[in-house]
Amino acid sequence: MRWKTESYTGWGRALTATGDIARPERASALAALMKDSPAPAIGNCRSYGDACLNDDGRVIDMTRMDRVLSFDEKTGLIEVEAGLQVGEISRLYAPQGWLPAVMPGTGFATVGGCIANDVHGKNHHGLGSFGQHVTQIVLNQNGKEVTITPKNAGLWKATIGGLGQTGVIVRATLQMIACKGDVMMVTERRVDGWDEFLQVLDDSKATYTVGWIDATAKGDALGRGILEEGETGAGLLPKQKASKKVPFNAPHFALSKPIVKAFNNAYYRRVPDHGRTSVKPINDFFFPLDRIHDWNKLYGKRGFHQFQCVVPIAKAPALREMLEMIANSGLASPLAVLKRMGPGRAGYLSFPMEGYTLAVDFPNRSAAQLLISKLEEMTEEAGGRLYLAKDALARPNRMKAMYPEWKDWLKVVKKADPEGALETDMTRRLELRSA
Amino acid sequence: MTDTWIILGATSSMARAFARKLAEEGATLYLAGRDMADLEASAGDCKARGAANAHAVLFDARKPDTFTPIIDAMGAEEGMLNAAVFVGSMPDQADIDADPSLIDGTVTDSFTGPARFLQMLAPMMEERGGGTVVGVGSVAGDRGRVGNYVYGAAKAGFHTYLSGLRNRLTRSGGHVVTVKPGFVDTAMTWGIEGMFLVASPDQVAGDLLKAVRKKKNVIYTPFFWRYIMLIIRSVPEPIFKKLSI
Repeated sequence: MRWKTESYTGWGRALTATGDIARPERASALAALMKDSPAPAIGNCRSYGDACLNDDGRVIDMTRMDRVLSFDEKTGLIEVEAGLQVGEISRLYAPQGWLPAVMPGTGFATVGGCIANDVHGKNHHGLGSFGQHVTQIVLNQNGKEVTITPKNAGLWKATIGGLGQTGVIVRATLQMIACKGDVMMVTERRVDGWDEFLQVLDDSKATYTVGWIDATAKGDALGRGILEEGETGAGLLPKQKASKKVPFNAPHFALSKPIVKAFNNAYYRRVPDHGRTSVKPINDFFFPLDRIHDWNKLYGKRGFHQFQCVVPIAKAPALREMLEMIANSGLASPLAVLKRMGPGRAGYLSFPMEGYTLAVDFPNRSAAQLLISKLEEMTEEAGGRLYLAKDALARPNRMKAMYPEWKDWLKVVKKADPEGALETDMTRRLELRSA
Repeated sequence: MTDTWIILGATSSMARAFARKLAEEGATLYLAGRDMADLEASAGDCKARGAANAHAVLFDARKPDTFTPIIDAMGAEEGMLNAAVFVGSMPDQADIDADPSLIDGTVTDSFTGPARFLQMLAPMMEERGGGTVVGVGSVAGDRGRVGNYVYGAAKAGFHTYLSGLRNRLTRSGGHVVTVKPGFVDTAMTWGIEGMFLVASPDQVAGDLLKAVRKKKNVIYTPFFWRYIMLIIRSVPEPIFKKLSI
């Protein structure tokens, strides 16, 4: 297998790695690689920070191992190779009435990546995390295939959300959920401010719920935004528009304060005061930003950071304080999301906890890094935690403190990968592999 | 589409992408190659994507006795028979220079093996009065270059064979598409220095399907390689022989 030396980044593009990449197309080629030169696997590099980076080392690109191996139309069980993208599964099976139980915010995420980060979606309050709907995983550990299920308690919990440290995820079986069709009924309504937002999120009875927040609004308007609720359905769709592509890095002023403020204002008012209901293709609802390819280039060549935390319900006031600080900083971009989370999680290092989660993008500037560091501190004080799939900046002790089961994870990982061959820039930066 | 397609060299990423497109249109597929485990996985993938049926079959361009069982199985299928040829091998020219016997295998993989198979299939296609053959050649077959002229010569031979087969099958309502891909992002080109304007296998597969529908004779994919090769072919030999491109 040939190795290609290349520089690559996570979705945030703030951190870069340069190293050798192999891209096997068959299980036999992957097994040979793992025997000779075990290396961490990467997928479509949709995690934001350094979870998918191994600077000065080797990685195995799994994107060519992207086949559906079997599908049972009666039970909705599907076995896929780890490099298959989630959006491809919904494109293929939603018309037949089956949908991945949990879908993250981008359809370009691979199944392997969804497992290794135990991602969540707009239905977390109802169905929990991605890993809770995985029934079987085949790992490659140093050239040997090992099949695991939830019965392998320790190894299972260290693999799901485990950042790929227990072996390369080769394939997985997912339990899909029944859906009525590949159409989404979406209701959008304006929410005037913070308290009302928490109220509507708590009250929402919809299967899929997500809140967009205007992170530039201050004072009485603090926390204003749009609540989106969705249900799957069957029916005809309006004609599809072609997806667009961001061809080059935008200049740094593209997301400057006045532009973001104006954009957010228009975006907020786009939804009429009395709300509206529309019908959308299913992938447009779940993956709205996927229609603009390479949108991360809008942040220019310096890239961006996403801060995402979750805090327990009782600590909602702390989250409000964070939002206030963000609004006053004038550093936020239009991408800010507020969601209610349920308790569902499947791994030792899974992000979710019952509470509210806030995610905000910031262009990569030193002022933003300072702000994020302050927000991280507030998250820790509130007994919340940061999302590893988004993180690029946190310090080891803070992160470990947020994940009480980290030691259980470490114990399993030390056994699964004693040589540390699967370490990534993230596990090194956060010192996750050393006690 | 209720057609039957045999894909020779179905483990290649270009072939995989093409088979997927046929699967989504409901074709019956025979995926032929040497790595049976991998072919079984692809057959599962094609079925899951809507193929009427998909079979993994053993095919080795260097072992003609693997051809007959496939031809027999295809003969039992109803409807039009079609074939897409993705086989070929490209050893380093330096390795061939060191061991000239490698020429035989290269020519068998890239030309005579698949040609022999198509020769067995052709009468059945004629009998049914239709069907399409997609033969994947290479821009390397357009002109011999110091870097890979044995591979180029094998592909040139295959191009000429396909042009003759087209001449033959046209008479009975069949068709042959000759495909000349430029650089495609596959396991064969991964990590090789000096690649430019690299196309994805999916892009190439889309071009192939379009060419089949429009009954194109010879296509370059991506299309601009037609112009690149036009220039390369028109360089006079006294100059060309001194170039190293």
